[in-house]
Amino acid sequence: MIVHDDEPRLMKGNEALAEAAIRAGLQAYFGYPITPQSEILEYLTVEAPNHEFVVLQAESELAAINMVFGASGAGARVMTSSSSPGISLMQEGLSYMASAQLPALVVNVNRGGPGLGTIQPAQSDYFQATKGGGHGDYHLIVLAPSSVQEMADFVFDGFRLADEYRNPVLILADGALGQMMEKVILPKAGSLPFAPKPWATTGKSDDRERSIITSLFIQPEKMEQVNLELQAKYQKVQKEVRFEAFHVEDAEILLVAFGLSARISQKALELARERGIKVGLLRPITLYPFPSKVLANLVQNVASVLVVEMNAGQMVEDVRLAVNGLRPVSFKGRMGGMIPTPEEVLHEIEVLVEQYRLANV
Amino acid sequence: MIRGSITVAQEICKGCELCISSCPQESIGLSDRINSIGYRYVVLIKDNCTGCINCALVCPEGAITVYRQKKSIAKAAQIAAATK
Amino acid sequence: MDTIPAITDMELVYSRPSTLTDTPFHYCPGCSHGVVHRILMEVVAEMGIQSQTVGVAPVGCSVFAYNYMNVDMQEAAHGRASAVATGIKRVLPGKFVFSYQGDGDLAAIGTGETIHTVNRGENILMLFINNGIYGMTGGQMAPTSLAGMVTSTSPYGRQTSTMGHPLRITDLVAQLPGAYYVTRQAVHTPTAVRKTKKAIRNALEYQKLNKGTCFIEVVSNCPSGWKMTPVEANDWMEKNMVPFYPLGDMKIPKENHT
Repeated sequence: MIVHDDEPRLMKGNEALAEAAIRAGLQAYFGYPITPQSEILEYLTVEAPNHEFVVLQAESELAAINMVFGASGAGARVMTSSSSPGISLMQEGLSYMASAQLPALVVNVNRGGPGLGTIQPAQSDYFQATKGGGHGDYHLIVLAPSSVQEMADFVFDGFRLADEYRNPVLILADGALGQMMEKVILPKAGSLPFAPKPWATTGKSDDRERSIITSLFIQPEKMEQVNLELQAKYQKVQKEVRFEAFHVEDAEILLVAFGLSARISQKALELARERGIKVGLLRPITLYPFPSKVLANLVQNVASVLVVEMNAGQMVEDVRLAVNGLRPVSFKGRMGGMIPTPEEVLHEIEVLVEQYRLANV
Repeated sequence: MIRGSITVAQEICKGCELCISSCPQESIGLSDRINSIGYRYVVLIKDNCTGCINCALVCPEGAITVYRQKKSIAKAAQIAAATK
Repeated sequence: MDTIPAITDMELVYSRPSTLTDTPFHYCPGCSHGVVHRILMEVVAEMGIQSQTVGVAPVGCSVFAYNYMNVDMQEAAHGRASAVATGIKRVLPGKFVFSYQGDGDLAAIGTGETIHTVNRGENILMLFINNGIYGMTGGQMAPTSLAGMVTSTSPYGRQTSTMGHPLRITDLVAQLPGAYYVTRQAVHTPTAVRKTKKAIRNALEYQKLNKGTCFIEVVSNCPSGWKMTPVEANDWMEKNMVPFYPLGDMKIPKENHT
């Protein structure tokens, strides 16, 4: 049971995340500077002399993710963080870790792209996070915080899920969440216990066979078996689905948004309700597993769905799959690090309302 | 002269012949027979092995086990031969 | 049946180390990998550190090293073995950690990790098997292939003007202050095998001191890639590779524990 402090603190998202990692029993962090998340590495290097964990600025994100592989294989509670271009460099390592079934926490503080892009926030790595990004049939468990509080809390959830399922977990944040300062009540140190990892490479004692951590299964029969095991695991993972629903009971228009877009959509919802428009919001918290069933149920009673994202349209595809043609799905997005305003979202809602009411006259 | 001997794990020998060229006594040669992985394995072809372990050192398969007379026994044999 | 003089009055002076599994090596006949695997595991057995050793296998012919070495091991992505080893050693500082890499892994794709692992003075053993060719993938040119060497991707011989010069990476690494012990050895003769085994023993003893990276290059053969018999390959290696990659210590500790 995660226990929280009594008193709140005012903290920057990146720093709250780093502090939460320390309290969650972080044993090693390997990372590389990249805006807008360098504070995570910096905070940990400042705090390291007061704690037992290892922190190392690697020579690249490529090196960092492989150090994470090694430390995880050796049984440690380990994490890394980066932002979009650096996460691209880590994809090979993540595929390897999923295949070798290694636990780790990875944080992507999403910035505008593609390419070197911008340092401003975006949600354009949704596909990369949820559909792979690395090669092969695997999934990361993906958590999408929408507040500094969740930047902290999801670190505990992330480590717990990673250990339980022996899989990398990705926190998909964005530059605004990383940089903004909000009140946060931090989880207490010691609230996330350690379970033994007999599979880890800690040195072959006489009472067991040697531990081998590998993602190489060269006989296809064996590789298929490993894949079946992974797929079975991802089936089990479906029960970890999490979401938040606001005002969906009587909603005519359902907004679907995650992370920062959900905060903005929530404000747009309030503005709409003030104007008598019945708007609801579904906020997926786990992007993998995606709350498809919940969404499919919710759309029965709405007229129209509007997906709001800071990208060219990524989660909207999963929404369309879940809605399965039952209701029209529209999309409002800003790209390249631009952030939509609540008023922009409200405008889209009003357009949809017009269309719906015209159609139903 | 200290006497030695070797045994070769014939089923893992790949007939690479590195042991043959490392043997100062020219005691090793390729067998006429082929093992189950298709290689002519090596055998002792003379009885003048001194147990120097050169062959075992260069063997990439770790297929060679080496034996050597204890110094005391070798010395005794030497004395026995000299006093005949 | 081979002729075995009576062994009854003889004692055992050499046998395959118990720290190798029973699995026969898949390497080509005469391949240096087999010798290095064997002497590395002999040292682990002789030092009594089997339960405290963790190794990292590369991508290359020795990708299955973990099938042969009876110690805990991890399989790294291509080039990243020293980063993986860094991760392991940093969280298990009391264990003996080694990475084992070929010339593509260590001196091509892994060059960044190689330099920085040594630059940080990670307290690990880095074993570098240099045979100037990419064996596993069918004999392509390596960064360490000699000028003029014919490989499947330098079919007219390596032209340094377009394909670069053979890379003496060990010389670069030896200049870094984080390097504690750097040596270049070979395993083509019984004497060379003894020296390489001694170098490995030194390196693992030094790891107890936490004074930096021990880096051992083993100039090796590739009979299949070079299209020679094992005996010819070792001979060619001595006549062509060794003059360019001279054997010997490049950096030894000031305290000089031998």
